[in-house]
This record gives sequence, C-alpha cells and structure tokens, in this order.
Amino acid sequence: MIPDLGKYAEAVLGAYGLSLLLLAALLILTLRRGKKARAALRRIEEETARHGKG
Amino acid sequence: MSLWEYANPVKFLALSARVQPFAWAAAAIGIFVGLAWGFFATPDDFRQGSTVKIIYIHVPAAWIAINAWIMMLVASLVWLVRRHHVSALAAKAAAPVGLVMTVIGLLTGAIWGQPMWGTWWAWDPRLTSFLILFLFYLGYIALWEAVEDPDTAADLTSVLCLVGSVFALLSRYAVLFWSQGLHQGASLSLDKEENISNVFWLPLVVSIGGFTLLFLALVLYRTGTEIALRRTRALGVRLDRHT
Repeated sequence: MIPDLGKYAEAVLGAYGLSLLLLAALLILTLRRGKKARAALRRIEEETARHGKG
Repeated sequence: MSLWEYANPVKFLALSARVQPFAWAAAAIGIFVGLAWGFFATPDDFRQGSTVKIIYIHVPAAWIAINAWIMMLVASLVWLVRRHHVSALAAKAAAPVGLVMTVIGLLTGAIWGQPMWGTWWAWDPRLTSFLILFLFYLGYIALWEAVEDPDTAADLTSVLCLVGSVFALLSRYAVLFWSQGLHQGASLSLDKEENISNVFWLPLVVSIGGFTLLFLALVLYRTGTEIALRRTRALGVRLDRHT
C-alpha cells in the first residue's frame, strides 16, 4: 500500500506524520474553543433576556 | 451591494454560515486528493528521491504562512482606516492558523534539508526571514493576549502586522534577490519557464488549493468565535451594570 520510499522513508513519513498531527491539533483546538465561546454566548444571551423581562 | 456591508457582524456571520460548509468540504477533498495523489501516485525525483513527496505539504504550508500574514495586513489596514471590528477580529483569527502553517513549513523544510543539504538548518535568507516571520506570529498573538482593551490591542497588533509584512514578503522573494542562499527558487511562479515537472506540479496545485480552502474555512469559523467572545464580554458588562 505504502510506496517504496527507499532510504528516505523516515524523513518522508516523519514530515507527513508531524504535519498531519499539527493540522489535527489546530482543527481540534479551533472547534473546541469555538463551541465553548458559542455556548457561553447563548447562556449570557438567555440571561440578558431574562433580566430584560424581569 | 457593497463589500463594507460585511463589516456588520450579523451580515458577516450570515455569509460565513453559507460559505463554510462548501469551504470545509472542498478543503477536505482538496487536501485528501492532493496529498494522496502526491504521496501514492507520483514518481521519485531523479535527484531528491522520495523526499520530493514532502513538497505536497511543505509548499502549501509555506504558501499559507506567507499569505495569511498578507491577509492579516489587509484586515489590519481596514481596521486602522475604517475601524471595522470584524476586520480586526479576522486578523486575530488568522494568526494561529498562520503560526501553525509556519511551524509546518519550518519542520518539513528541516526534515527535507537534512538528507538533501546535509543540515537541518542554515542561516539562508529565505529560511532566516521565515524564522523571523514565525517570531512575528508569536509576538502578534502574545500582543493580543497581553493588552486588555480590545481596541488598543487591535491598534497595536495592526502596527506590528505592518512591520512583520516586510518579513512575509522577504520570505517570499528572498530567493530572487539573494543568490547565496541554499534554498532553491520558487516551485510555482508566473514566469514561462517550467520550474517543476507537471507530474509533481498538478498534485501540488491541488494540495495548495486544499490548504487555501482550509485556511478560509478556519478563518471564517475562528472569526465567528472571536465575534461570539466579544459579544459575550459586552453582554457581561451590561449585565454587571444592571445587577
């Protein structure tokens, strides 16, 4: 399945592995922070609406 | 309809929500096809051997690292001139993406350089200006975190962005006007000369397209996050005043 990378296999696989790991970390942290921020906004908007009515 | 309408957060978020599904899907397809094509279906280079496969990650990452800063520069100028908060927040949102791409560019460059140049690192003009760009990204992000007032932070980071642009452009064009460096010329350029064989060029262009769309999707999503955080702070202050 994996092509024959010869004597540079370590370098090529290392470059791909590290890069994909960093991209995955960026994606996960971005989505996690986004979800948290949007949930906090929803909560405070509900609270503001309650105060507005009261 | 004017472009400036999208400086309104509500309109920006509505447009962003429409664009994002396509951007995420196209980015995933572009990156998957570009990397799989490059990794599995291209031959080894007669000089570089299989290390040529690293370009499908290295070149797109470096492309985004430099162009993210250019995008931040445009957004910063819009903030400085027209005081649109969305543009300042878009610049802030792009910085961590640019930082990660710079790190990927530096790491993959070092991994490629070791077997090809015989060294992980050289104080070559392009490499050095790219390292300085990395430091500018760190400084830019740190400055946003360090200044409490968001408008002051946007002002200061915009000025830093203007200064850093010199190094973003330098890392792009250093190979053209410094001939003593180790780094080879551009893989992609608008000149008529063929810099890279089509066998390598086509998957590389697909991969660059995928990375560019990923950058777009990430910046749209992250700008939405920054807008949400800003609104949460503003509502929090308003609630505190009422209670």
